[in-house]
Amino acid sequence: MPNALIELKGIAKSFAGVHALKDVSLRIDQGEIHCLAGENGCGKSTLIKVMSGVHAPDHGEIYLEGQLRTQLNPFEAIQAGIQVIYQDFSVFPNLSVAENIALSGELARRRKWIDWRRMRRTAKEALAKVGIELDLDAKVEELSVADKQLIAISRALMQRAKLIVMDEPTTALTQKEVRALFDVIEGLKRDGISILFVSHKLEEVFALSERITVMRNGRRVVTEEARNLNREMLVYHMTGRQIEETHYEAANKTGKPLLRTDRLGLAGCFEEISLELYPGEIVGLTGLLGSGRTELAESLFGLLPATAGRIEIGGESVRIRSVRDAVRHRIAYVPEDRLTEGLFLQQSIERNLIVSVVDRQKGRLGMVDRRTLKATVRSWIEKLGIKAPSPLAPVKTLSGGNQQRVVLARWLAANPKLLILNGPSVGVDIGSKEDIHQAIRQLAAQGIGVLMISDDLPELRQNCNRVLVMKRGRLIGEVEGQTFTPELWAQMHEENAGSETEGKRGDSA
Amino acid sequence: MTRWARSSEFYVGLILLLLFAIIGSRNGAFFSAANLFDLIRSAIVPGIFAMCATMVIISGGIDVSFPAIATFSMFSATKLLLAWHFDGPVFVAFALAGAIGLCLGLINGLLIAYFRLPALIVTLGTSSMFSGFLLTFVGSRQVSNLPASLDRFGKLQVVKFAGEGGITVGLPMTVLFTAAIVLAVAGILKYTMIGRGIYALGGDPVSAERIGFSAKFLQCFVYGFVGLLAGIAGMIQTTMMRSSNPVDLLGTELLIIAAVVLGGVRITGGHGSVLGALLGLLLIVTIQNSLILVGIPSYWQRLVIGALILVGTGIAAYQIKRSSAKRKSILA
Repeated sequence: MPNALIELKGIAKSFAGVHALKDVSLRIDQGEIHCLAGENGCGKSTLIKVMSGVHAPDHGEIYLEGQLRTQLNPFEAIQAGIQVIYQDFSVFPNLSVAENIALSGELARRRKWIDWRRMRRTAKEALAKVGIELDLDAKVEELSVADKQLIAISRALMQRAKLIVMDEPTTALTQKEVRALFDVIEGLKRDGISILFVSHKLEEVFALSERITVMRNGRRVVTEEARNLNREMLVYHMTGRQIEETHYEAANKTGKPLLRTDRLGLAGCFEEISLELYPGEIVGLTGLLGSGRTELAESLFGLLPATAGRIEIGGESVRIRSVRDAVRHRIAYVPEDRLTEGLFLQQSIERNLIVSVVDRQKGRLGMVDRRTLKATVRSWIEKLGIKAPSPLAPVKTLSGGNQQRVVLARWLAANPKLLILNGPSVGVDIGSKEDIHQAIRQLAAQGIGVLMISDDLPELRQNCNRVLVMKRGRLIGEVEGQTFTPELWAQMHEENAGSETEGKRGDSA
Repeated sequence: MTRWARSSEFYVGLILLLLFAIIGSRNGAFFSAANLFDLIRSAIVPGIFAMCATMVIISGGIDVSFPAIATFSMFSATKLLLAWHFDGPVFVAFALAGAIGLCLGLINGLLIAYFRLPALIVTLGTSSMFSGFLLTFVGSRQVSNLPASLDRFGKLQVVKFAGEGGITVGLPMTVLFTAAIVLAVAGILKYTMIGRGIYALGGDPVSAERIGFSAKFLQCFVYGFVGLLAGIAGMIQTTMMRSSNPVDLLGTELLIIAAVVLGGVRITGGHGSVLGALLGLLLIVTIQNSLILVGIPSYWQRLVIGALILVGTGIAAYQIKRSSAKRKSILA
């Protein structure tokens, strides 16, 4: 039996009362390519952070090469040879290639002085190991995403890594770059380095891994040899609740489309986007990170006014050049990162709720009637089931799910016709997610058109009439919400692997 | 290589040379030793301050309290020395002022690193507190009877010769302090792990922690070191003025910050160099001191400096925006 490099036993971790991990055990052997699969929010990221010493587990034990480590911190984890390559690669945009690669190794050896020649030598060596050439003096901010990733890998290698954890490493790569990355990973394995490959893309999982661990809702569902699993089993393990999935079907498209865009474009972000959205519909919009979907949403909301094409609202051509324009056309936008974009964290729930409608609440003399205001606030808190001690409690004291509801309530209070939701349930626990979905469905039932941007396939599947898929700034397809499975998603991406593919739309009769 | 030609140091250096050429061609007195020495003289204390601002801004923070720390350190150190009837080596005076500055700087650092308070608010607050404490409890009247050794030190000159009209012109000894500090800061930033950590922290604080830098330690170091430098700068000011004034230096912080930003130290952190900061500072000092030589009234200086800051930082910001727009294009 091969030696275990790292072994986790019964790891549990919760944040603010929400269980992120429950009794998770995992063992990775030397020189093994192990895949950690699961849908978003299943606890993969938290587990990585426990392994790399960023989060201390509430319960459970971590063994590194057979030794129990009680208080693992990031520094010790690095010393022990655990390297994590995060989705953002953790590179320093302001530093040179050489420094990005060599600095952390120098730091780990507790060097106090910088020898630039040694750093360059190290960096060169590392790049040679990965098999690429880069200008050592180039600033990393000038490089492509794939190059940044290779820098992150080179950096990990220079620190005598025994285990390299890659968190969704292929997210922003082209198909060609992915294959190059796989070659690198195979090379690492030959050198006896273990890889923990985190992904929810089935193709990649099967192409690469020897063993697969599937997580769901913070628990480990199964660990199995890759050859003993097939796609169906993996999907079942990943989604689990698939059978229980409820699906929302909106009213038939009637009348004029609420929103229609004609070859909408924004320089450098997206182009040729033509879509329609009818009242009462929930339309999903998905695509990889950097596909232009957020930019599209922001264009519709006037944050990044489009530079080409037309927007029609209710059949009339309109120009949306600012948020004020969008609000006037009764478009509401709930941003991706509710914490930084959507809320005034220090302020009370009440103030956060009324900020978008305070103009409309003005009575005579432009004064605000506090009593109607309070009544409005109370009704929204009840309608959305926001759990809070009082409307005056600062928003930052609420849980993630409740914060999300406050954002939602605020925009609903503005009585929108078109609601654009960007990642409505990111970072929200399962229960709240269900509630938020219910709220969204109710809105659609009232005739509001909803454009829902999400990575979360089950979420799209359960809620959307149609799902639009974007890649590299273009719409590459449209599918019925209910049929939007991980396989289909992977397939669509592979079919459109070439970047030259025309932006085409499915038939949306 | 074209990399250096794109750097802000290059541009600021170019503007500086241009300015020298213009002023020099309009008024030959500009290149006289007396005027050049005067220029350097007036950059001695601001030069150290510029190093303070550079280090803090690269780390992704901001410090507006260094003049207050300098004033506090120099004045209270002078008071203490007088109370002790001190007449030993000047080294003690500088060490004392530096130590006081270090303590004050560490207060900033601790508040920022451990309580995670915004640096601007903390240093605005402590700046006012230090200065208020000084005026209330230490004294508010200028001290002119410095300890004899300090007084003697203030008269020491590195170079000295008779200029036109029999006036002796020279550079005070303290210019060596500034030179040493500039070299030290440049060395720290370029050749020590702490220095690279400061850049890393300014570039991406989360990543810096992930590769094993301690943000808390780095912040305490930066603000503490700034305090130390400010204390020394304060004592230099005292020896150069041959008096200690508790309201001296206050209010210079924004111009210093503007100077280093002009020199390419990005206000958002992570970018900048000692050379650039120094060039930016020289530009501002030259405008302040020498525009008068070409007959531009002194009120205009403010306007010119303001315009330079806007144009200088504006160009940099525009370049960044353009390059990031280019990079961000996801359309194939």
